Amino acid sequence: MADPMRIRAAVDAGGVTEVKVLMSHEMETGQRRDAAGALVPAWFIQNVTATHAGKTVLSAQWGPAIAKNPFLSFRFKGAQKGDKVQVTWVDNRGDKRTDEATIA
Amino acid sequence: MRIRAWYAGAIALAAGMVAATAAVGQDAASTAQEIEKYRQALQDGNPAELWEARGEGLWKKPAGPKNASLEKCDLGLGPGVVKGAYAQLPRYFADVDRVMDLETRLAHCRVTLHGLTPAQATARPFGSPDNRSDNDALVAWVTSESKGATMNVPSAHAKEKEAFALGEKIFYFRGGPYDFSCATCHAADNTRIRLQDLPNLTKQAGAQLAYTTWPAYRVSQGELRTFQWRLNDCFRQQRFPELGFASDASIALTAFLARNANGAEFKAPTIKR
Repeated sequence: MADPMRIRAAVDAGGVTEVKVLMSHEMETGQRRDAAGALVPAWFIQNVTATHAGKTVLSAQWGPAIAKNPFLSFRFKGAQKGDKVQVTWVDNRGDKRTDEATIA
Repeated sequence: MRIRAWYAGAIALAAGMVAATAAVGQDAASTAQEIEKYRQALQDGNPAELWEARGEGLWKKPAGPKNASLEKCDLGLGPGVVKGAYAQLPRYFADVDRVMDLETRLAHCRVTLHGLTPAQATARPFGSPDNRSDNDALVAWVTSESKGATMNVPSAHAKEKEAFALGEKIFYFRGGPYDFSCATCHAADNTRIRLQDLPNLTKQAGAQLAYTTWPAYRVSQGELRTFQWRLNDCFRQQRFPELGFASDASIALTAFLARNANGAEFKAPTIKR
């Protein structure tokens, strides 16, 4: 079971919400070899979605070039203070994690 | 005619090299500035927060044979007081009659509260991607609770004075196949290893800069590294025998460096390249 994400979200005076997400993931590229010389299998987050009030506000497809323990920051319009924003990732092993934050 | 053109080119090249040499001093300063910019850019999404979150969970969750949490652990400011505790460590603890740094104290609490054996409590001091360390996470959380606190390592007790003096001795002790001491690299201004500036730990500003920015998330390793790890790796780099985790030597050296940082604002966990 993957560790929870750290999500911070805040809406500014102009109605733009900035969301900052920190994810805990190995993001193994599949290019690296272990001490015995065998390839370490690729293991990375493939899909990231963020939703607000049932609507998808961000959808991303990721690959092995994203760093370990990735940090994602994005903005969207239309949310109010106190609303919830959910972020979900799914990795290439089918493992997934969803976390939620309240917009400050 | 062709020869003359070649000469002109060579002279231009030589002039270029002189100019490049003169610019080296400036480049060193701007390199440090660029690295600093890189650190600041990363600070916003510092993965150390992931360790902090896990550490807070480990602190509060009952575990071990005694099925107790660490919430009664006394880090020097009273049982369970975490806020600002790291800025006053290492210090003398009357219950064990010795000076302890944070990591030694945490291991002690995991023995007394969790009911682990000392060997179990120190079995995995430093984490790796496939072998996480609870010590790393706990240290991340406890130190994060001192962010913004002023370094104030006590020196009233005789054993605290003794640890400081021993730490100072170790700092200047030369040995190993390279005849190195900590001071070989850390007692002069404006030195560096590859592109990293080496702090002058014999001066207050250098000691403050260094001590208050550990622990740190090391981007190149993808791990949170604690101060015990920093010292352990310094010993490896100077080809000393391995520094025992939570050993008296490691505590003394930490006490020496921590007290030299007194008066500065504690900033860790930070992020480093």
